[in-house]
Amino acid sequence: MHLATYLGLLHHSLTTLADAFRQVGQGHGDEPDVWHTCRVLAGRVEHEAEALAPVVRRYGEHREVEPERLHAAGLGSTRSGAVGLLRDLQDLYTLASLTDITWTVVGQAARGLRDGELLDVVTSGEQETARQLTWLRTRIKQAAPQALIAAD
Amino acid sequence: MADRIADIWGARTPHAKDAPWPVRVDLHLDEGVAEADVERWVQSACVLCSNGCACDIAVKDGRMVGVRGRAGDVVNHGRLGPKGLYGSWQWNGDDRLTRPLVRRGGVLVESDWDTAMDLVVRRSRELLTEVGPLSHGFYTSGQLFLEEYYTLAVIGKAGLGTPHMDGNTRLCTATAAAAMKESFGSDGQPGSYHDVDSCDALFLFGHNMAETQTVLWSRVLDRLHGPDRPAVVVVDPRRTKVADAAVASGGVHLAPLPGTNQALMNGLVREVIANGWVDRDYVDAHTLGYDELAATVEPCTPEHVAETCGIDPDDLRRAARIFGTSDRVLSTVLQGFYQSHQATAASCQVNNLHLLRGLIGSPGSGVLQMNGQPTAQNTRECGADGDLPGFRNWANPEHVEQLARLWNVDPATIPHWAPPTHAMQLWRYAEQGSIRFLWISATNPAVSLPELPRVREILAREDLFVVVQDGFRTETAEYADVVLPAALWGEKQGTFTNANRTVHLSERAVEPPGEARSDLDIFLDYARRMDLRDRDGAPLIGWHDPEGAFEAWKECSRGRLCDYTGLSYDKLRGGSGIPWPCDEDHPDGCDRLYADGVFPTHPDVCEDYGHDLLTGGATAPERYRARRPDGRAFLKAAEYAPPPEQPNEDYPFVCTTGRTAYHFHTRTKTGRSRRLRGAAPEPWVELSARDADALGVREGDLVRVESPRGRVEAPARVGRGRDGVVFVPFHYGYWDTDGDRHARAANELTMTEWDPVSKQPLFKLAAVRVTKSADGTGPAPAPTTTASAPHDLASVPATRGEDDVREDVTSADPPAPPPTPDRTPGVLPHVAPKG
Ligand code: SF4
Repeated sequence: MHLATYLGLLHHSLTTLADAFRQVGQGHGDEPDVWHTCRVLAGRVEHEAEALAPVVRRYGEHREVEPERLHAAGLGSTRSGAVGLLRDLQDLYTLASLTDITWTVVGQAARGLRDGELLDVVTSGEQETARQLTWLRTRIKQAAPQALIAAD
Repeated sequence: MADRIADIWGARTPHAKDAPWPVRVDLHLDEGVAEADVERWVQSACVLCSNGCACDIAVKDGRMVGVRGRAGDVVNHGRLGPKGLYGSWQWNGDDRLTRPLVRRGGVLVESDWDTAMDLVVRRSRELLTEVGPLSHGFYTSGQLFLEEYYTLAVIGKAGLGTPHMDGNTRLCTATAAAAMKESFGSDGQPGSYHDVDSCDALFLFGHNMAETQTVLWSRVLDRLHGPDRPAVVVVDPRRTKVADAAVASGGVHLAPLPGTNQALMNGLVREVIANGWVDRDYVDAHTLGYDELAATVEPCTPEHVAETCGIDPDDLRRAARIFGTSDRVLSTVLQGFYQSHQATAASCQVNNLHLLRGLIGSPGSGVLQMNGQPTAQNTRECGADGDLPGFRNWANPEHVEQLARLWNVDPATIPHWAPPTHAMQLWRYAEQGSIRFLWISATNPAVSLPELPRVREILAREDLFVVVQDGFRTETAEYADVVLPAALWGEKQGTFTNANRTVHLSERAVEPPGEARSDLDIFLDYARRMDLRDRDGAPLIGWHDPEGAFEAWKECSRGRLCDYTGLSYDKLRGGSGIPWPCDEDHPDGCDRLYADGVFPTHPDVCEDYGHDLLTGGATAPERYRARRPDGRAFLKAAEYAPPPEQPNEDYPFVCTTGRTAYHFHTRTKTGRSRRLRGAAPEPWVELSARDADALGVREGDLVRVESPRGRVEAPARVGRGRDGVVFVPFHYGYWDTDGDRHARAANELTMTEWDPVSKQPLFKLAAVRVTKSADGTGPAPAPTTTASAPHDLASVPATRGEDDVREDVTSADPPAPPPTPDRTPGVLPHVAPKG
């Protein structure tokens, strides 16, 4: 059974995502809403990862390196300026999208296994991810015109 | 005669439930002027708070010499408060701006209109060519007239095409609008002031009504002094006059720690659900989201909430019982919620309480999501604050098309590709140098915005061209490149709409001083000089005077919830103000909205598709449609999250700031009124008796309050607030000081941080430390008549003015309320069954 592999991927993506939110928040402290929202979301992603822990214990966990690569590519450090903010938010979007589809995959397995406990974790994880993606999309749409047209 | 400095609310006229509020006409004339001397009485309404009391201005020898309440008006039934009586007209004359000023060699020098406007237009054109409209920002007010906002909105949105338009209404009323959009689908006050006359319970959430809307509070006092008085519940960390009244009425005063409102509200909602006080039929027929709301608040037990908020769990239970078991409940909400953490979420919970019990749209039951400023409602309707005019939805292409047709411009010109820029972001863009032309009208951000050291730096930037349009040389004007002298209230004509949708006409009583022009004329002049044109090459702005602008606005409002088409200047003359919607079928306007439980949430109608309350992420249109709200209101849920700044070792206190009874906005007018100034001449710092004791501070000692951003130094009032909380009155600036040490304005302390949905800044919860800096020489310059009363009342001389106001309690019939429509105009009915 490869569920363990995927739980590993998911768990790791979540911790990577939480770190990335914290990093972007700190790196763009001059944008108070970004700073605060990233901090709130980081805490909630960590909470998702914790909620996954008992299931992971049950199925075992096999860590994949894939998200590490994404992390290294995206968020070794944050950028600066209006365009930098945009790019960092986009990186967060990519990472969150990865967890999003991974939740979907794991959710399908949970259904097949009729594992109610896992499905509950997946459902709330999917809701949280939807919230992250919605916020990122909103903030990116807001920042894009000014950054690309009017910023120095 | 009465001393209305000492007696803020005037003589009582008690009345019973469901009986109309009696008439009492208040009159104040300048010293030495008798009633017989008055040459003309000119109809208007007061612009010193969002209550909008109707009045007549007394004119003699071309000067305003006094003011009188209008007996026949639905808003005030003849009454005026201290600000209306003493502050609305008394700045007459002296230090007004009378000529344009331009900056030459670093200093502002007198100039003429051609030179000043040429400079403005030249810079504007340059930037439009070099960068485009995103280089332009307009920061306006909650004090202009409807006609001025609408004209400005058309110039900005259809002429220039900039999304960067907002006003200081962002600081006062943005959350009211946001909460109504989230719950009901559109802005638009559901309740009515008449509900005060009929309610069984009155809840004031973060609303110090006794000081912010003094005449409305006299209406409440008259119920409290009559038979079958309502139970009052108030949420406020300070022991306000409202809190005193709550305790006296057998209600509850809840004083949660600043920043914990959402926890408290979730607790109240949970109690109402857990005790089975929910009207299930109403909820099933008229709302969406019950299950999620119930699940979200489930863990919020009274004990749990009480610990977060620092209150007694039994008080929470009592408050919930009053809400859950009273037949008619009226709730009001203001800055204690709007300017605090999770502002929109907490305000939506107030809407939720009413929806859960089905208490909306009937006499005595309603929600008043209040405004801070007199014409805040108009910025929201007209689109000078970033919203699209007529409560249109920027994410709905058909709504944008409607405007493009109306203005005869390409829809692509009208900015609608992203959420409108909110004020805090607008200032951030200026800070980053991407907004380089900033036009500030009728407001004073150098005192009113949060974190003033930062604001001063932005205003002083070399690459930012600043235009300031005002009646006085304000703190902000000192940073301008061009200063345009504007006419003020009484010197120009226009309409405005108060917090419960009542529209008044304010006529010109006197000529503006010197070369000052109305804000409308200034905007029209800019449009003309910029040669703004529509698709066919005709001038974009086709009107030349206030009435023309009003007629144009009526067309824009047609068919929308804020429909003005049934109104005209003539109709507003002589009688009472009229609440919108007012159309052919509802010629007398509408008193309450949503009597049938149908809300403007239909996807084709709604003003907004809503947000995630925690992050402000915008709901996608497809997702919104898929929920098929079709007239049902949303029960929006959000967990409590801790505030962004909390007391810590270095900064152990929470500082809250706010307005008090004797001043308004940045005191540009009220600070110039002798009586108002006498009552509260200087700022002060309120400490609880226990905190003062621990700090070794006595009444009147000079204390220093510091946050990570700045400091304030002022005498201490040993007051009646809760421990750990410091209060500093906001909007004291520097124009009336000799030095510029920048240690006086409360906003030196507050933070650049805002609510994720409404984008309203957090003025109510800065972490601060307090130290004593010198012994005092007398009591603090704080009034004894308000929430700032000293802990030991006998230790400080009472605040007083003079017996110079006549109050006529007459037996004249009070004006009849306008009808409440069975069906709210401009709202599509439920079209699909739930599910
Ligand atoms: S309550 Fe407000 S509108 Fe009425 S007189 Fe006082 S300041 Fe003016």
